[in-house]
Amino acid sequence: MNDTTEIVELIRRSREEGNFNILTDAIPYMKFLGIETSLTDGVVTTTMRFDQKLVGNVHLPALHGGTVGALLETAAIVQLAHDLDTAHLPKTIGITVEYMRSGRPLDLHAKAVVTKRGRRVANMRAEAWNDDPSKPVATAHGHFLLT
Amino acid sequence: MTDHALLERVQAYRMMPENRSPHAAAMGTEIVDMDKFEATIKLPFSDHLVGNPENGVVHGGVITTALDSACGLASIASLDKPSAIATLDLRIDYLKPATHGLDIYAWANCYKMTRNIIFLRGVAYHEDRDDPIANCVATFMLTPDAPQPVLPE
Repeated sequence: MNDTTEIVELIRRSREEGNFNILTDAIPYMKFLGIETSLTDGVVTTTMRFDQKLVGNVHLPALHGGTVGALLETAAIVQLAHDLDTAHLPKTIGITVEYMRSGRPLDLHAKAVVTKRGRRVANMRAEAWNDDPSKPVATAHGHFLLT
Repeated sequence: MTDHALLERVQAYRMMPENRSPHAAAMGTEIVDMDKFEATIKLPFSDHLVGNPENGVVHGGVITTALDSACGLASIASLDKPSAIATLDLRIDYLKPATHGLDIYAWANCYKMTRNIIFLRGVAYHEDRDDPIANCVATFMLTPDAPQPVLPE
């Protein structure tokens, strides 16, 4: 598999048009999760559209914790792709996810901020919520290798 | 070591339609091994798991999902009496890229348990647990009041 030139081009176009769905639509796992993005004043909101296949626990019911972590990591990657001028997708070095409450079977939104941008590594924080940003489902912090 | 009775009990419980996790079904996750304090799951490779089309590597969220599932099962394998559980936190370090096309395994083990908290560590790997893709540490909480059925004894 080698779509390097294509991804570089999609990242460039996403920045130029201010529409990061151009990038996320080309990434199979983001499509699988039902990821959509919107950009307001330089801040990307990344949304995971609810689908029954995201449910981990049918009794509560609650989104699978892995999908919540995946959304937070995705939000960080997309915000980095927006903020930086690097050609390629950042690579995750590590991520810590803290779960505050169960993700209800609704759309889940996330935002991420760069806490430190180094030459090779960026530190990020991200937060995810269902319908009230003051009641986070989970938060994450992670560091990403810039290439 | 494998606790076959425990493995079969959990597999049977998880396969019941009223308990089946839709996400586990969508990902094709299988429980492959369980023993007291530990569990191993398999997540079969599929093209829709790719997170970076430049190199075909699966998305980190896939590894998070596998490790969260393995840690949850290892928690269940550690309980003396049935209880609902919830993930408190999960830290993952990515040690090397997953290889495109290869199935992913996740193993987790409980190294300390208190009345309320389960402390776990785990790894994700392809074939060799000593050559991991990712390492994780996690804590889970016992949530005995959660409104959900638990694995029967």
